[in-house]
Amino acid sequence: MTHSPLLVLDGVTVRFPVGMDWLGRPTAHVHALNGVDIAVETGEVLGVVGESGCGKSTLANVLTRLVKPTAGSLAWTAGARQRLQIVFQDPQSSLDPRLPVWRIITEPVFLRERRTVADLKRLAGDLAEQVGLRREQVRRYPHEFSGGQRQRIAIARALSAQPDVIVLDEPTSALDVSVQAQILNLLADLRRAGGLTYILISHNISVVRHFCDRIAVMYLGQIVELGPVADVLARPRHPYTRLLLDSVPAIGRPLDMGVPIVDTELPSNRRLPAGCFFRDRCPFVVDGCERPQSLAPFAGPTADNHLARCHRAVDLAEDIA
Amino acid sequence: MTDPSRAVLEIRDLTLRFPTYRGAVHAVNGASIRVNAGESVGIVGESGSAKSVTSLMAMRLLPEGGFEVMGGSVALCGRDILTASEKEMVKIRGRDVAMIFQEPLTALNPTRRIGQQMLEVIRLHRDLSAREARDLAIRLLGDMRIADPEQVLRRYPFELSGGMRQRVLIGLAFSCEPKLIVADEATTALDVTVQRQVLHLLRAKATLLGTAILFITHDLAVASQFCDRLYVMYAGAVVEEGPTAAVLGAPAHPYTQALLNALPERVAPGELLRSVAGSVPDLTVELSGCPFAPRCAQASAVCERRPALIPTGSDGHRAACWLAARVVQ
Repeated sequence: MTHSPLLVLDGVTVRFPVGMDWLGRPTAHVHALNGVDIAVETGEVLGVVGESGCGKSTLANVLTRLVKPTAGSLAWTAGARQRLQIVFQDPQSSLDPRLPVWRIITEPVFLRERRTVADLKRLAGDLAEQVGLRREQVRRYPHEFSGGQRQRIAIARALSAQPDVIVLDEPTSALDVSVQAQILNLLADLRRAGGLTYILISHNISVVRHFCDRIAVMYLGQIVELGPVADVLARPRHPYTRLLLDSVPAIGRPLDMGVPIVDTELPSNRRLPAGCFFRDRCPFVVDGCERPQSLAPFAGPTADNHLARCHRAVDLAEDIA
Repeated sequence: MTDPSRAVLEIRDLTLRFPTYRGAVHAVNGASIRVNAGESVGIVGESGSAKSVTSLMAMRLLPEGGFEVMGGSVALCGRDILTASEKEMVKIRGRDVAMIFQEPLTALNPTRRIGQQMLEVIRLHRDLSAREARDLAIRLLGDMRIADPEQVLRRYPFELSGGMRQRVLIGLAFSCEPKLIVADEATTALDVTVQRQVLHLLRAKATLLGTAILFITHDLAVASQFCDRLYVMYAGAVVEEGPTAAVLGAPAHPYTQALLNALPERVAPGELLRSVAGSVPDLTVELSGCPFAPRCAQASAVCERRPALIPTGSDGHRAACWLAARVVQ
């Protein structure tokens, strides 16, 4: 495997103040990201999965620089053009209803350089064809398109900036299954043609399995497991990954198969637990879990690129095999 | 015990349209759905397939005057819902049939405590004193594995997590021990780990009380885990019905096949997904012929006539497709 990181996140921490005292000082914080370290490789598709509140979307906001990290850094490799675009979940609200589609698609270009309207319209037409819309459709407005078509417009807009990295924040969760297939095929085609790097944020494991090279599993603002998709999904090492995978509904699998169903709530990110963040929900908890865990490779048959934030990763792996 | 052959909900050939200023939208086109006592029945389909409209008609929850029933009947526990007065409906809703919606935050009143809202529903339908109703509410929450129910009764909806709110609503739906619960995308807004727990609780309680469940979802995997029987809807019509294992394991209708084939897990990672060509039909035009024919790879001249549901197996597995008929012959 070639290691050519394009974008390196180092200890990225984000916390949002909530509640103020009478002097305007924050009284509590929401801890959205708690030390995310990851290197995004050139040309890969990195999947980020986790439940609501795990920091997936905050991570997307940090990547797009909509949110500044409280601590830690985000660094591009020297020479990178640092162009990053995002495709949002809801194509209904991410497109300006008052702009014609050609304006929406060329907005990133319009902001960056001075071009004639005819030139922008021609560019919009080219991009529309690239994402499977008809050239003349760019004269229309967003409300005239279906959900799948709107998502194509959002993708065309991302492409117009000629980005190196596209962050896909739940790009298909608002779409029907048959349309989801069309959009995922389109994204795969564009990647082959243009050498793009994708960061796919999703809660849908089967989409990630199909589409990604690497997967990062997040829990309470940390990456708890990271590795090649096939490896992580076939041999999950972190107890949380196992709980998540066993909870994903699958056709023909009974509801009560896998890790036992326990009545625990997702923990609050107002006050972080001490030690391993998953400790309260973990069925395999032992002495030593009260210490903070680090994301580390573990000895075993798998390559060194499979990491888990669990000191029991090795002995738990044996009990699955 | 409940008699499994008795229908709790019987929708027959329901045809319904929404009048709009640009002409009528033919939302439901001759759908027949039957839910027997104690059974969990799923309706699956994509957006616009009228799965929600059909289920709302089970309680006649569509706005009066906003729809026109062109034909068919809806019977709940043997009573005709379409001709019942609004006064009768108020009694039926909540007592004979209860509903669980997708978004628990909008289903609960944000300005009132959980306890007030639960007690209001319970005392409206059951002749109980305030104390008895409160005890019942606590018991219902306990059954939904909510720790410290007394405390939860004093909270406002926004103070609870999404999974907890949904469990409150499920508990409330069971408060009058209805014959039928309609769950419209009840777990779609929840995380997978919470979804699994909520489905488990819902099924355990329904089995205990012999409550039938009509489960509306777009997620085939959830339907496969939860339902005994399935109806697949497309463009306001039932295109396939039968036992869950038969419908998802050996789908007979090309639409069901296409829907299953479009799932990412059906192809090797990185391969092209098999998407369904074309788009859903325009429902402002009245259906003639098979609704799926324009997108169907196996369509022929015969598809210009609309096929009825044709048995494809002995166990009630039926598909509305001329091809299915050929296989049987």
